[in-house]
Order: sequence, then C-alpha cells, then structure tokens
Amino acid sequence: MATVPLQHATQEGEWRLPSRGMVAMAGLITAESSIFLIFVVAYLYYLGRDVQGPTPREVLEIPYFGTVCLLSSSGFIMLAERAIEHGKIAAFRLWWGVTILLAAIFLGDTGLEWRKLIVHDHLTIHTNLFGTCFYSLVGLHASHVIVGMLMMLVTMVFALTGHLRAEHSYRVKVLALYWHFVDAVWVVVFTVVYVVGR
Amino acid sequence: MKSRANLVRRWLFAAGVLLLSECAWSAPSSTSIFSNKTTPAHQLNDLSMFVLGITGLIYVGVSSLLLYAIVKFRARKGDTTEPPQVFGSIQIELSWTIIPILIIVVLFLTTARVLFSVQDAPKPKNALDVIVVGHQFWWEFRYPQYNVVTANELHLPVSSKDAPRPAFMKLTSADVMHSFWVPQLDGKTDVLPNRVNEMWIDPHETGLYLGQCAQFCGPEHAKMLLRVYVDTPEQFKAWIAAQQRTQAELTAVPGGPEGSANEAAPNVGNEAGVVQAAATSKAPPNSPTTRGNVTPSMGEQQQISARMGQYVFEHEACISCHTVAGTVATGRYGPDLTHMMSRETIASGAVPLTKENLLAWINDPNQLKPGSLMPAMHLSERQNEQITAYLMTLK
Amino acid sequence: MGTDSMPAPQGIETGLDRTQELSRPGTYLELVHSWIVTVDHKRLGILYICYALVFLLVAGVEALMIRIQLFYPHNDFVSPYTFNRLFTMHGTTMVFLVGMPILFGFGNYLVPLMIGARDMAFPRLNAFSFWISAFAGLLLYYSFIGGVGLYGTGSAPDVAWFAYAPLTERPFSPGHSTDYWAIAILANGIGSIGTAINIIATVFCMRCKGMTLSRIPLLPWLYATVSFLVLVAVSPLTAAQAMLLIDRYLGGHFFDTQMGGSAILWAHFFWIFGHPEVYVLVLPAFAFANEIIPVFSRKAIFGYPAMVAASVGIGFISLGVWAHHMFTIGMTSFGNAFFTLSTMLVSIPTGIKTFNWLATLWGGKIRFQTPMLFSIAFLFQWVIAGLTGIMLSVSAWNWQLHNSYFVVAHFHYVLVGAIVFMIFAAIYYWYPKMTGRMLDERLGKLHFWLMVIGFHMTFDVMHFPGLLGMPRQIFTYEPDRGWTLLNQIVSVGGFIQGIAVLVLVYNLVHSYFRGVLAGPDPWDAWTLEWATTSPPPAYNFVVDPVVASRRPLWDLKHPEDPDSAFE
Ligand code: HEA
Ligand code: HEA
Ligand code: HEC
Ligand code: CUA
Ligand SMILES: [Cu+2]
Repeated sequence: MATVPLQHATQEGEWRLPSRGMVAMAGLITAESSIFLIFVVAYLYYLGRDVQGPTPREVLEIPYFGTVCLLSSSGFIMLAERAIEHGKIAAFRLWWGVTILLAAIFLGDTGLEWRKLIVHDHLTIHTNLFGTCFYSLVGLHASHVIVGMLMMLVTMVFALTGHLRAEHSYRVKVLALYWHFVDAVWVVVFTVVYVVGR
Repeated sequence: MKSRANLVRRWLFAAGVLLLSECAWSAPSSTSIFSNKTTPAHQLNDLSMFVLGITGLIYVGVSSLLLYAIVKFRARKGDTTEPPQVFGSIQIELSWTIIPILIIVVLFLTTARVLFSVQDAPKPKNALDVIVVGHQFWWEFRYPQYNVVTANELHLPVSSKDAPRPAFMKLTSADVMHSFWVPQLDGKTDVLPNRVNEMWIDPHETGLYLGQCAQFCGPEHAKMLLRVYVDTPEQFKAWIAAQQRTQAELTAVPGGPEGSANEAAPNVGNEAGVVQAAATSKAPPNSPTTRGNVTPSMGEQQQISARMGQYVFEHEACISCHTVAGTVATGRYGPDLTHMMSRETIASGAVPLTKENLLAWINDPNQLKPGSLMPAMHLSERQNEQITAYLMTLK
Repeated sequence: MGTDSMPAPQGIETGLDRTQELSRPGTYLELVHSWIVTVDHKRLGILYICYALVFLLVAGVEALMIRIQLFYPHNDFVSPYTFNRLFTMHGTTMVFLVGMPILFGFGNYLVPLMIGARDMAFPRLNAFSFWISAFAGLLLYYSFIGGVGLYGTGSAPDVAWFAYAPLTERPFSPGHSTDYWAIAILANGIGSIGTAINIIATVFCMRCKGMTLSRIPLLPWLYATVSFLVLVAVSPLTAAQAMLLIDRYLGGHFFDTQMGGSAILWAHFFWIFGHPEVYVLVLPAFAFANEIIPVFSRKAIFGYPAMVAASVGIGFISLGVWAHHMFTIGMTSFGNAFFTLSTMLVSIPTGIKTFNWLATLWGGKIRFQTPMLFSIAFLFQWVIAGLTGIMLSVSAWNWQLHNSYFVVAHFHYVLVGAIVFMIFAAIYYWYPKMTGRMLDERLGKLHFWLMVIGFHMTFDVMHFPGLLGMPRQIFTYEPDRGWTLLNQIVSVGGFIQGIAVLVLVYNLVHSYFRGVLAGPDPWDAWTLEWATTSPPPAYNFVVDPVVASRRPLWDLKHPEDPDSAFE
C-alpha cells in the first residue's frame, strides 16, 4: 500500500493553505481573549461590591499618557512591518526601536501609577475587592506587554546583528499580530477600568 | 424465528427496566423523590413522570431501530461484496432534525410552566418565616416571627386546605456552600455565604421527613443530616411556646409568661450581605442565673449534679461557642443548646440523643463525627458526667 | 482479519525506509533518551496514551476504594478525609489525566496521518505540551507524599473536582492540598491550550494536496472543533485558577465571601469551563465512532456535511449551557428557563449525529469485530446517557436530582459508557497501526463482555440510589434509607469493570510481543493512515499523498465506483 502513489489527477491548480504561523497566533489570541474576558467579567461583577474602600473613583487617575504611547506603538509597528517587507532594514530598526521604547514608557507609566496607589493610597491587592481585581487585570495586561517587549527585543538583537532579512518579514508579522492584540486588549481594559469602572 | 427471539429479548429487557424502577418506587425509603406529599415536591414529581415518559418513549424507539439494524444488516458468512454506498438524504435528515425540535418545544414549555409556578409563587400573608443558616456540618434554624432559634431539627406546622400555612425559608450560610434537601418535601436549594436564597414548602402530611446536606462542604458533609418534623398546628404551637422560654425563665419562674420576647428578629444577610451570625435573636440574658458565679465547695465539686455541670459548662470554653438562653452562654459558633433535650438527635442527626452519646460527644466529638468542628475539651471524666447531667436538664 | 480483497502490501522500498535503522534501540538508556527528546507526533501520541492508561489504573483503583467504602453503611474502610481525597483525585485524574491526554494522544497520532501530513504543525510545541501535562500529573500526585497534611495522611486535594469556593479559600482549606490542585490544573491547561493550537494549525495548514475542507475526514474535523472548544473553554479555567492562586498566595479576595466576594462567581467560571469540557471529552469519542462505524458497516458515513455541521453546532451551543450545573444555586426563574432551553437544544445536533450513525448501519454489512462491538455498545449507552442528561436539564426536576447519585450515574454513563467504550474501540482499531500487531480477538471479546456486564451493573443501578435521595460525595450513609443493596450491586459491578480493564492491559502487553502481524490495512479501511506501513515510518508517507475524495483508499480499491465521482 505504501507505495501505491495516492496521486490522482488533481483538477485544482495550485494547492494553497493558510499559513500555520498566523493560524496558531489566531488560536493563541482566542485563548488569551477568553482569559482576559474572565478577568474583565470579574472586574465588572465586583464593581461597587466592596465592603471597604478605597473606591476606584477616589484613587484612580486616567493614564492618558501611557495609553497614547501604547496605542500609537501599534502604528509604528505597522511601519516596521512594511519596512521589513521591502527589505529596508534600517527603517525597520528605527520603527521597531520606537515601538519598544513606547512599550517601555507605557510600563514605566503603569509602574508609577502602581507606586502612587500603593504608597500614597494604600491600595494593595489585599485591601479589598477593587484592589484584587484592579491589580490582577491591569497586571495581567502588563505582563503581556512585558512578554511582547521581550520578544521584540530579541528580534531587535537579530535586526542589529544583521540576521534579519526580508524573507523573515512573515515571522515579524506574526509577532506584530500579537502586539496588535495586546493593544486591543488595552482598549478594553482601559474602558472597563478607567471609564466604566469610575 | 430470529425476530421472534429478538422481540422476546426486547420484552425481557423492558420488563427488567420496569422491575428495577418498580423497586425504586416502592422501596422502603424515607428519602425517595417519588414519595411525597408536599406541594412543590408533588409538582416536581408530576413533571418528572411526564419527562420520564417522553424520554422513555424516545429510548424505546431509537434502541429498537438500532437493534433492528444490527440484526438485519449483519454481514453474512462468506459474503465479501460491499453494500451499496449511500451518502445521505436531505429529506430523512430534515425529519430527524425537526421531530426532536418539536419534542424539545413540548419538554421546555412543560418545564417552564412548573418552574415559574414554583419558583415565583407569591408569598401568602400567613406564611411561616424560617431562616436557615448552614454551618460546617450542622444547621441553624430561626423563626423570626417567634424569636426562636434552634438547631438541626426543623419543626413546621402542617398545612391544610382550610388552614394553609406554607413555610417560606430564607437560606444562607455562615461559612461554605451547603444545600438544603429533604426530597419528600421539595427539591434542593443551595445555601451560600454572602447571599440569601429562598424556597418554600407546603407540607400536607404530618410526620418526620429526612434529608441531608447536598453540597459537598468538607470532611463531615456526609453527616450533615436534616430532620424536618411536620407537626399538627397544635403541636407546633406548643413546641414554639416551649422553645421561646429561656432557661432563666424555666428555672426562675417555672411555667412563667409565654413568649416574653417578641421583637422583630434581626435580618440575616444585610446590605453588605455579610452574615451576622453574632446578632442573637433571643432577648439578652437580663437576669442570668447566678448559680454559675458562686464557687462551689470541694464536696460539691465531687458530685455529679446538673448544678455542678452548669458550673463547669460556664467555666469552660463551651460558652464561647454555644448559647443557652438565659445564661452566660451566648456563643454562636455551635448549635444553640437552650432546648437541646427537645431534640431526638445530636450533631445534626449523626447519633440519637442519649446519655451515652452525649457523654461520648463531649469527651471527643471526633469519635462520633470525625472532622466535626467542635474540639475535644479534654475534661476529666467526672466533669464530662457533670456537664452531661446539666445538658440533660435543658428540656 | 485482513481481507483478501486487498492487494498485498508491497512494503516501503527498503532503500527508502531507514526507520528501522534510525530507531534501532541501541542501549536501554538510548532508547529512553530517544523517547524523551522525541518530537515525532506518533511517539508523542503513544506517550500520551500510555500516560493516560497508567492514570486510568490509578484513578480506577481510587474508584474501587470509593466503592469498597460505600459497600456498607457506616463502613470505616477509609477515613472521611481520605474518602474526600479519593473522589476528588478520582474525578480530577479521570478528567484531566486520563480523558484529555488519551484523546490528545489519539489526536496527535491520527490527525497528521489522516490528513496526509508528515507531522504536526509545531512538533516542538507538541513535545512541550506533553511534558508540561506530564509534569502536571506528577505534581498532582506528588501531593499524596509532598506534605504532611492536616491529618498526617498526605495532603492530596479534597475539595471535589469542581472545587467550589469558598471551601478552597485559605480559612477553609489550610495547608497545600488545594495549591497542588490549582497549580496542576493550571499547568495541565497550558499544555492543553498548546496542543489545541497545534491541532488547529495542523488541520487547517498541513493538509495534503487535494484535501479540501469538505474532504477532511470527520476525525480531524472533530478534533479541530474540540481544539477550538479547548481554546475558549480551558482558558477560563486557567484564569479562574490564577484567581484562586491570587487569593491563596497574595491575599486577594476574588472568592472571599467575608470581603464581599462571591461563591457563585467561581461556580460560573468553573462551569463555563466544565460544561464545554465534557464535550471536549465526548467529541473525540464521536470522532472515533465516525471512523469505526462506517468501516465495519462497509458503508460511507451517512450525511457527512450534517455530521460536520452538527459537531461544530454542538461546540457552539455547548458554550451557552453551563449554568445547567447551577439550577439550585439560586438563579432567577428566567435564568433557569434560559439554561433549560439552551441545554435541551444540544440534543438536536447530537440527535442528528445519533441518527446518522444509525443510518450508516442501515443497509450495511456489519462486521462484529471488537472495535465494532464497543462502538455498538456505545450507541445504546450514549442514547441512555443523553436522555438522562435531558432529564437533568429539566430545571424543576433538577432541583431533586442535582448532586445526587443520579447525576453521578448520568455522567459515568457518558464518561464510561460512551467515552471509555469508544476509547477501547479506538485502542482495538488503531493498535495494529501503532504497533504493527493485532490485539487478540478472543481476549478482546472477553474484555468487551466483562466491561458491558460490569458497566451496566455499576451505572444502571447507580441511578436508583439517586432517585432515593442519596447525595454524592458522602463517605458513608445511613442504613435506614434503602440504599444499601443498590450500593452493593454497584460496588460489585465496579470490580467487574476492574477485571475487564486488567484483561485489556494483559492483551496490550501480550499482543505487543505475540500478536498477529497486522500489515498496513488490517480492517480494509479507507482513510490515509492505512495507506502507510504499520507502524508508519517517522516521516509517515514516502510520497506526499494526493487525494480526490473523502475516502482515498476506497477509490483505490474500487476504481469502478470511486467516491470522487460523487463529490
Ligand atoms: C462527556 C460527558 C458528558 C456529556 C456528553 C453530557 C451530555 C449532556 N449532559 Fe451532562 N454531565 C456530565 C458529562 C456529560 N454530559 C458531567 C461530568 C456532569 C456532572 C459534573 C459534576 O457535577 O461533577 C454532568 C451533569 C449534567 C447536568 C447537571 C446535573 C446536576 O449537577 O444537577 C445536566 C443538566 O442539565 C446535564 C445535561 C446534559 C445534557 C442535556 C447532555 C446532552 O448533550 C445529551 C444529548 C444527547 C441526547 C439527548 C441523546 C441523543 C439524541 C436523540 C436520540 C435525539 C432525540 C432526543 C430528544 C429530542 C430529547 N449534565
Ligand atoms: C472519565 C471519567 C471517569 C471515569 C472513567 C470514571 C470511572 C469510574 N468511576 Fe468515577 N467519577 C468521575 C469521572 C470518571 N469516573 C468524576 C468526574 C467524578 C466526580 C468527582 C467529584 O465528585 O469530585 C466521579 C465520581 C465517582 C463516584 C462518586 C464519588 C462520590 O460522589 O462520592 C463514584 C462512586 O461510585 C465513581 C465510581 C467510578 C467507577 C466504579 C468507575 C469505573 O468505571 C472504573 C473502572 C476502572 C478500574 C477499576 C481500573 C482498572 C483496574 C485496575 C487498576 C486493576 C485493579 C482492579 C481490581 C483488583 C479488580 N466515580
Ligand atoms: C470551638 C467551638 C466549640 C466549643 C468550645 C464547644 N463546642 Fe459544642 N459544638 C460546636 C459545634 C461546631 C457543634 C456542631 C458539631 C456538628 O454537628 O458538626 C457542637 C455541637 C455540640 C453539641 C450537639 C448539639 C446538637 O444539638 O447537635 C453539644 C451537646 C455540645 N456541642 C456541647 C458542648 C459542650 C458541653 C462543650 C464544652 C465542654 C462544647 N460543646 C464546646 C462547637 C463547640
Ligand atoms: Cu453541608 Cu454538605
Ligand atoms: Cu454540563
């Protein structure tokens, strides 16, 4: 049997399949979305159910600056994608670097916010339901930013050492897809925590 | 011939099923969901018969077809040809999509009717209020209208056509999830911390109904039993009256005025939803019996008397967990012991209430009910007997 | 077994096939090493299956201990603490360390073969997923010895497999038993998600030439559906476990009722996972039936498009029915009604599948070999199991049935009567492909009949104590309730099942050395895995296959009546 060539005359011309990188990333994003969904549901469900303060309204300030940085990084990473596609390595390095920088700024901004909440407002994960939900949800997102940033840094190392070429643009795109997801999640988290939640 | 044999086999099978179910129906079980005389349980029972009927028919239908196919279309010896290949048929497939849809519509509507009529039943004016608080491995029952608190054995008045008296119960928990289930009276309702659930029972026959906690709640979940006594209205009245007396009244003014405390009971589950188990619903012990304060003489300490028992009881940790209304014992962590002897069992039905069991229990609750949250108090044998003697007076 | 109607297999050209040479055992250590570092989907699949079978024995022994304890009222074979650990570990193990891995194992083995691919899309991710799941299983069982528990007998989890809060919070569950549980499930979940992503990518991106979506065999289709379900359903569990760990280690309050937290929220999160999970377990069983029933009826599957649609439909509907596990928790009447309806709706696609199997049998020439015997028992048992599910979904009646032994009977009817039976069928069916040898038919039939008898003794009878008011998860019961005799029959049945499983184990080992050589296509089947040697070489196919229909081998064997003419 093994030698029986299972070759029928195929009418179909070229045999095209979706790329596995993208499909896998889409799968990962689906899974991650459900994780975020659960944390978001918990956040919304516990709004206003605290038995003790502080409340979100009292202590939360809207992180405009960090948000702008993070969301604009999505644009820069698209520029980087386009650059690598056309083999413009220098431009790629620039835009990629900007993206990483913006992510770092966002993280720094979050760090400052947490510092204020902990030191000044005495809100920790242990204080009340709001604290628990807030640090978990925002922290979960921040951890995704960190992971994304690390992967981008690794790519950056490859780019700087000249190992990244136009034919790798496909992999860069998969990574960029993840980054877009991280940004999109921030829109949701931002809405839930800072708009609805206050 | 073959199909005859099959028919016989099928009938035998059906008969077997019937026999088994017959056993289930008529088995001498006090907890069968099919033997019931209360209103919600009765409705659930009728519904279950209807659903059983429909699903039974579906099963007989589908399995007969399967059996037929297996017998009819088995490969014959020596036949190596392949049967004709059939890939599908829209009409047939449509029919077995649509027929189940119709069945589901029927099942759903019937269910919905019972569901809404039971769950959204309005509460009549004369309903009896009961508050059920689940604790790890025992039940607390409160009658806010009468200011009575008791444990483990619930008393309800029977309800008749002329004098309907359904019990409307609010259920909550002091620690983890439990579930209140007395199959002959009603389906179960979960008992959750930080939340109040509701259910009602309209019992039509007096008697003792058994049940137990139906939600896993820790090591002793199995022995978190339930006993519900449905009394005649007279019995119930007498029982309530007896329960309302504090031990102070019982000892100070035997047969004193009835129902001295009638303020509204505190509500379990306030806005924040935190169970306030500490709020006692009994009048505060304005005149605690003073016996406990007098240090007994050496001679007295040797005696095994109820007096001495009370002294020990009140000088040990017992009072930090148990209430004996009218005395200094106001603990809320364990069952209310004020009228302990009016119950037939201890430790939520784990053992009958006898002197021996009581002794054994106080000596080491974990012997009778491993995992129970009452610690062994490590008292001397004499002290145990003294306490037992005292507890035996808590009528 | 083998049929004469087939052209004799010619074997792979020895020059091309270097499998033997490459996988020559060498020293014992080298052999072990080669299995540990393997990224071959077939080896990983076999690892998954063996791992699951070992845990089947472990969890089965736990079940038997449960049954011994319940043989008498007031029995004290084990302490209440131990009993609680037993059923928690039994349930957790059976679902996470038996059900999931064995199904993933078959998926790993079969999906690439059936779509004519050389491996999974991400072989290294595949190995990672397996090893992290293996780690999770060992971690869970390490709890038995890993800490002196509160009562000195280890600290295995004892909070039931759904681990309702707040019983799992620190005040009620001190020590580390619950931590072992949560971390093991979390790790296992990561492995499952990895495998799911891998299977989806494989099915959609690795198909051989000509295998359009409508030509993918049903098994890969169902595995893709299952993987999608895993992505959207196991992730919530992962999230919930993370919350539980935040509560237990960082002092959070997600499920802390004293601080305003909610016990119901955990229940929702768990069942949002838990319900789809049961379809994650049953869909692969359906997938096996979809492959086995047609081959032994000698007919193509009836209504292929409807089968695909129904499976995907089950997947979607099952995402919206979870609260049927919570009818007594105090939902509004509207909520109860909604979940009654949505649950009942599942019976429509499942009904379609059931009737399509029936129609596949209809007009066929059924061969009663062991895989088919198990599949036929599966059909009967599946219908009963589904119908008791419908009874449970009648919310008003569910108030009586919930958490009683009726529920236990329902789900064992599915988990054992449908899933384990189909797993056994799959073992008999694909063992020849995996090892190159047939399993012994006589032992197989013995195994089958013992299993049928044991199963029905155990789980038919188990419905009745439930109807008589026996709650589940109790370590003992009162003698005056009329449950004793029924429990004794159940226990005896459990042991008969145990013997049946032992027969299988003996058969697996015996046939590995002594079994009849299978040849590439012992069942005269039609899908691509039978187009290569048994066991297949590391690269699966010498030449990448090209297909023109759903049953490429049928077309080859019946050039006069090829499927491709009808599609
Ligand atoms: C693989 C496992 C599996 C499967 C496939 C199912 C399938 C179904 N289950 Fe089951 N179930 C479990 C595993 C499973 N279940 C487990 C493990 C639990 C308990 C968890 C725990 O508490 O520990 C549980 C508990 C459970 C409950 C909660 C019980 C309780 O705790 O109170 C309910 C309630 O609705 C339910 C319903 C159903 C229904 C309606 C189906 C349907 O999918 C069945 C559909 C099939 C059919 C109906 C038969 C075929 C169809 C026809 C022949 C067509 C004609 C039929 C009609 C028109 C009705 N299940
Ligand atoms: C795939 C899932 C699966 C499978 C296959 C099984 C298989 C079995 N289950 Fe299990 N069970 C669950 C999933 C499963 N179960 C779940 C999820 C729960 C709920 C847990 C909870 O409430 O938290 C549960 C709970 C559960 C209970 C209820 C416990 C309680 O509520 O108190 C019982 C009681 O009888 C039980 C029994 C059995 C038996 C007898 C088998 C048999 O079919 C097992 C047969 C297998 C063997 C016996 C092993 C093989 C043989 C050997 C190792 C050799 C030794 C044998 C001899 C010496 C004879 N199970
Ligand atoms: C740490 C708290 C605690 C202390 C101290 C304590 N108990 Fe208890 N007691 C309980 C709890 C909890 C129960 C319910 C146990 C159960 O049913 O699982 C209980 C039950 C009882 C019962 C059975 C009541 C019934 O109706 O079921 C008696 C009698 C009893 N205790 C007497 C005593 C005596 C006497 C002492 C002191 C020597 C004492 N208890 C000390 C917590 C305590
Ligand atoms: Cu309380 Cu189980
Ligand atoms: Cu379910």
